[in-house]
Amino acid sequence: MLKDVTFGQYYPVKSFVHNCDPRIKILFLIGFIVAVFLASNFYGLALCAAVLVIGILCSRVPVQSILRSIKGILFLLAFTAILNLFFYAGETTVVIGEIPLQWGVVNITYEGIYFMLFLMFRLFMLILSSSLLTLTTTPVNLTDGIESLLTPLKWLRFPVHVLALVMSIALRMIPSLMDETDRIMNAQKARGTDFEHGNIFKRVKAIVPILIPLLIGAMRRAEELGDAMDARCYTGSENRTKYKKLTFTWRDLIVFLLCAALIAGVVLCNVYLGSIL
Amino acid sequence: MRITAEHLNYTYNQASEFAVHALRDVNLTVEEGEFFGIIGHTGSGKSTFIQHLNGLILLPSAQKKYKPKKLKKGEIAPPKTVLQVGEYDLTDKKTDFRKLRSKVGMVFQYPEYQLFAETVFEDVAFGLKNFSEQPLSPERIQTAVRQALETVGLNYAEVWDKSPFDLSGGQKRRVAIAGVIVTRPEVLVLDEPAAGLDPLGKQELMALLHEIHRSWCKTVIFVSHDMDEVAENCTKVAVFSEGAVQFVLPPKELFQKQAELLSLGLDLPVTAKLVALLKQKGIDIDCDFTKKDFIQKVQKYLQGGNGVC
Repeated sequence: MLKDVTFGQYYPVKSFVHNCDPRIKILFLIGFIVAVFLASNFYGLALCAAVLVIGILCSRVPVQSILRSIKGILFLLAFTAILNLFFYAGETTVVIGEIPLQWGVVNITYEGIYFMLFLMFRLFMLILSSSLLTLTTTPVNLTDGIESLLTPLKWLRFPVHVLALVMSIALRMIPSLMDETDRIMNAQKARGTDFEHGNIFKRVKAIVPILIPLLIGAMRRAEELGDAMDARCYTGSENRTKYKKLTFTWRDLIVFLLCAALIAGVVLCNVYLGSIL
Repeated sequence: MRITAEHLNYTYNQASEFAVHALRDVNLTVEEGEFFGIIGHTGSGKSTFIQHLNGLILLPSAQKKYKPKKLKKGEIAPPKTVLQVGEYDLTDKKTDFRKLRSKVGMVFQYPEYQLFAETVFEDVAFGLKNFSEQPLSPERIQTAVRQALETVGLNYAEVWDKSPFDLSGGQKRRVAIAGVIVTRPEVLVLDEPAAGLDPLGKQELMALLHEIHRSWCKTVIFVSHDMDEVAENCTKVAVFSEGAVQFVLPPKELFQKQAELLSLGLDLPVTAKLVALLKQKGIDIDCDFTKKDFIQKVQKYLQGGNGVC
């Protein structure tokens, strides 16, 4: 049951995007989000969409897997859409036949519809681009990238390596905890716990026999891991060398230039083609 | 209860890029009264198979959403899957799986990690309360819990009000097993029950299983990596490899197939290794690979005037 959930949803194929440096991918994502928010008309957004489509095509991840990430925020999308559609303070109310679509505070305007579409488009691209990052980058690479990008904070005495370690251990433990949850759930089911029937109180009560062993297991693991790290003299000292070093290549240069071009293009669109905001 | 499986297949993560075929066309029958061993390399499908036995893994046809597939013209229907545990048909979604689970007790690997209650008593009584239709009287619960704890060799008066987390590792495992046998299942399935115990603890555990088997639990099925344990205890052994059943034989016949077992990445019991060594020296010992029988046969051989020294 839980085995069907693949955490981090990494899609294991080889592609241009997979091979990019995680740092450049993170930076590109940030740049892309900036571009999406900078764009103040549909031309700018279309430019972003074009770049996103190129990215998806270069990643060799099936489109369905990418679209699947939309499912999780479908509710949020619908909610914002309805809110904007009904309450956007536009001027020209939509008239169907003879009836203007206006009831009290609810006022459906052409500007509202336009703005709603714009917003949907924006959110859609934000989600797709970030799921493209997680689909093409392993969690380990991602933390390595974040650690490397946060290096400047070291000058402010911020313990970047500790943060990175915490993050990578947390990511590492998620699959183990999922496995364990699965096992404990099965064990309690074999002892007659019923997770599927009964009212909400019964179901919440049925979770206790899973949570307690899971918590105790997590503590045990943490303690064991701590001991193992102590035994190998881990002190979290700075300047540790890395087994896998991140290096920039020609790919990353291309991605970087693409990002710069995208932001420049969006700014030009804003300046010359007017704004809807 | 007799257990029959025919053409049993199972795939994890079906229809995704991570699909794993865990069982391929498994055919296996376990007769009532057997002390059945299941051996196989890691990832050979043993655990997946035993989880089918009490409906923790449901066959596609037993799932709520299941709709029978229509065959295209000219397509041959795949062989019908059969999975029958006693009178329960596990391919049918109308089967009462909770009732089945009360008849087929399941002890997972490292069962001590599933303990959760505040006291040993509560933890052991958990399954009993879950399975009973009406609330049981406190006296009945107490008798059942006492019996279960005494069966696994714990002193009821000493442990019943202790926290299970204050017990030693071996005691925790006994409590966990007591929590499964408290409902007196007719079939007891154990996944590596002796893993991580010291040699004495292993022996005691096996003795305990035999005791249960002798007195009220008709069928015991256990998964093991320890060939000595298997040779010593089982009446019949199934060998899994890559999701399929390779052999189903009594240990006496199974451990004669040394080359096959080794090629499947499995070990041999000490007795089988010794028999092979003696054979190289030209001495034939015909034993059933239990230690007791092996020693007897060797003594007999020596007494027969064939002393080596």
